[in-house]
Amino acid sequence: MSTIEQEMVHAAEGGHHDDHELPFIRKYIFATDHKMIAKQFLFVSLFFLVIGGLLAMMMRWQLGYPGEPMPGGMMLPDAMMAPTPDGAIMLPEFYNSLVTMHGTIMIFFAIMPLLVGLFGNLLIPLQIGAEDMAFPRLNMISFWLAVPAGILMLASFAVEGGAAGSGWTSYAPLSASGEWTGVYLGQQLWLASLTILGFSSLVGAVNYITTVINMRAPGMTWFRMPLPTWALFVTAILILLAIPVLAGALIMLLFDQTIGTGFFRPEVGGEPLLWQHLFWFFGHPEVYILILPAMGIASEVLSNRARKPIFGYHSMVMAIIGIGFLGWIVWGHHMFMSGMNPLLGTSFMISTMAIAVPSAIKTFNWLATIWKGDLHLDSPMLYALAFVSMFIIGGLSGIFMASSPVDIYIHDTYFIVAHIHYVLFGGSLFAIFAGITFWFPKMFGRMMNETLNKVHFGLTIVLYNMVFWPMHNLGVQGMMRRIYDFTQYEYLAPLQPMNQFISISVFLLVAAQSVYAFNFFWSIFRGEKASNNPWDSNTLEWTVPSPPPHGNFPEMPVVYRGPYEYSSPESETDFYPQTKPPSKPPVQELIPEPVTPTPEGF
Amino acid sequence: MNWSWMLPPSFSTVSGDIDGIYMVILWITGIIFFITEALLFYFIFKYRHKEGRKAAYDHGSTKMEIAWTMVPLVIVLWISVVSKGVWDTVKVDVPPAGLEIIVTGKQFEWTVTYPGPDGALGTSDDFETLNELHAPEDEAVVITLRSEDVLHSFFLPEMRIKQDAVPGRDITVWFEAIQPGDYTIGCAELCGIGHTTMGGTLTVYTAADFQAWSSSQAQQQQP
Repeated sequence: MSTIEQEMVHAAEGGHHDDHELPFIRKYIFATDHKMIAKQFLFVSLFFLVIGGLLAMMMRWQLGYPGEPMPGGMMLPDAMMAPTPDGAIMLPEFYNSLVTMHGTIMIFFAIMPLLVGLFGNLLIPLQIGAEDMAFPRLNMISFWLAVPAGILMLASFAVEGGAAGSGWTSYAPLSASGEWTGVYLGQQLWLASLTILGFSSLVGAVNYITTVINMRAPGMTWFRMPLPTWALFVTAILILLAIPVLAGALIMLLFDQTIGTGFFRPEVGGEPLLWQHLFWFFGHPEVYILILPAMGIASEVLSNRARKPIFGYHSMVMAIIGIGFLGWIVWGHHMFMSGMNPLLGTSFMISTMAIAVPSAIKTFNWLATIWKGDLHLDSPMLYALAFVSMFIIGGLSGIFMASSPVDIYIHDTYFIVAHIHYVLFGGSLFAIFAGITFWFPKMFGRMMNETLNKVHFGLTIVLYNMVFWPMHNLGVQGMMRRIYDFTQYEYLAPLQPMNQFISISVFLLVAAQSVYAFNFFWSIFRGEKASNNPWDSNTLEWTVPSPPPHGNFPEMPVVYRGPYEYSSPESETDFYPQTKPPSKPPVQELIPEPVTPTPEGF
Repeated sequence: MNWSWMLPPSFSTVSGDIDGIYMVILWITGIIFFITEALLFYFIFKYRHKEGRKAAYDHGSTKMEIAWTMVPLVIVLWISVVSKGVWDTVKVDVPPAGLEIIVTGKQFEWTVTYPGPDGALGTSDDFETLNELHAPEDEAVVITLRSEDVLHSFFLPEMRIKQDAVPGRDITVWFEAIQPGDYTIGCAELCGIGHTTMGGTLTVYTAADFQAWSSSQAQQQQP
């Protein structure tokens, strides 16, 4: 018996213990149950989402009202704010920290753990019919590495010199020595924190990949897997290959900072562009790590709520894999202006343009999925439709910067800021709202309040566009990003009203999230009790109680068909669960695969 | 508030081509944007749940998949081909220099070094300006871009020129202005606490005026 099999058997045995046998600390703190770990990631990421939002509000105060005293600013230390008789004015070094930490926290501590930590843990075992992850203890370690990483990141605000201030990309040499920024320990904590978080992601990725390959239930062939699981599987492969590159670069930069090596410091023979190559070789796959699971979630919700099979399941899977491959050869489009050989720019432009194609395939398939559907426009569907709508904008704006000559002008402007937020907020975060709302009953056994969700959706979609749409216009006017006081430039000074409009919209947008937060916590305790399958869904997680018991499946499920057989003529209802034996005598292709699933179906 | 998607006016020999590609992409993406969003809203309205509605049982169509793979592919490859020509003009094929200068970024200022009356850089009659770049119109100004400390990005928005300055590297960047006037120099790469103040002015003269300015500067800065 191989080690993996032994682990699996062990996990399976562990899974049959009853809940009440576990002491509090094993059930809620050092939990090994994938569902509990998913919830742990959920709560921690939501906390960081709030922190990231507050940082954005402070940043937007300075941009909307440059040099004016910030309300509540007197509560912050003098290292961040300059006290005046009228109130406290933000210091440029603190602004740079805000820019850096907003990006870092949102990407690494909010969106990534929500998509990968929450949905990866929650959905993979449940959707493939496994009792738990392949390595439950490794799973626990993954979460408990993320926690100290988060604490270190937050602690860096309190150290001398403040938090890291060289952007979430931490371009060397600015980041390689405190002499350029005045930030010594803050930058080192940033590097240490992300290195630890990288190990957390790596451990998680190994677990997801092993689980998907080895623990699929009988009949769960590769092409019967639900799309969120497909997306999370490809995402885990991207993490496995990308994070070591980042970790290497982070450690090299940490050595440059602390023990005087010169990997990226030109004064001792280092090469600043090496950092950019390493960072973006990780960083571009990272972009797809942040969008592929969102695409999977949106596909699931759209198909279910349209009561219609996903249009082009195979091409959806191929597009996920295609994006996963192409994602490795486009990193140079972040570096068109970096000083790398301009001939290289052309090849990166062509590969970048090519990656628009699988994105287009997915978009058209989503549109075709709702075409001739029976659309149940409840809140998960609204969030998923918003995802499609906003992803179209984010995808199309990407074409501008993919064209290297156009990028000459819009690179490092607010056009880029608009683009990334259309993909990461309009895309990923709306899909996260869809996913949390959709799987809330499975996680907590209760439904979220539909009215409050619709209020939240309405406010968020409007305010979100009021914030990020005009950023395109700012970029077109030439406003640079990461700039403390744009009014220093004469040609940018007339953009102040628009910046103020954006800032006010941000304050309202963040405030509107309290509706969701309230609904979330209220529904955990007071929401309407959920049945096993409130959305009439086909996939395996809806065949077990809400929330599922430890070990998930009382008996091994057997899978007879693909996950999106909605409105099938073979079924009396408009859904046809994957586990329901066929009513007609089985034809050849409906016979389940052998009991031990193998990767052969790939 | 300016909600326009039109680029502000530009004044270099390459800027018209760059703005042209921008407009082409704006049209293409604009049309796709309106069609896809309109379809989305139309489907949401038309197929919203009603009593008795039954969704079609439809798994897809290979023909349609091929269509919406090939059409976007052709469009983006065409954009790439058009873009490549302009990219090469701006970044690869540097024309013969009418004026050669050195621009050096350091926290938080731009130093511009001009050849003196002998027309050659690196000689004793070179002279400098701080946060000002003076150039003649209709001449290719070829810049050797350097940095003394961290990354900066030399940004001439009206000329549609942007290039990072990297310590340890000499990077060639060029532009040719087509109209005298005062324009903006910016730093587009976060370079530290004073990043926001790292601006300057590009002054473009007629050929004769530039000669006059250049000789007077050379005289004033004689050691």
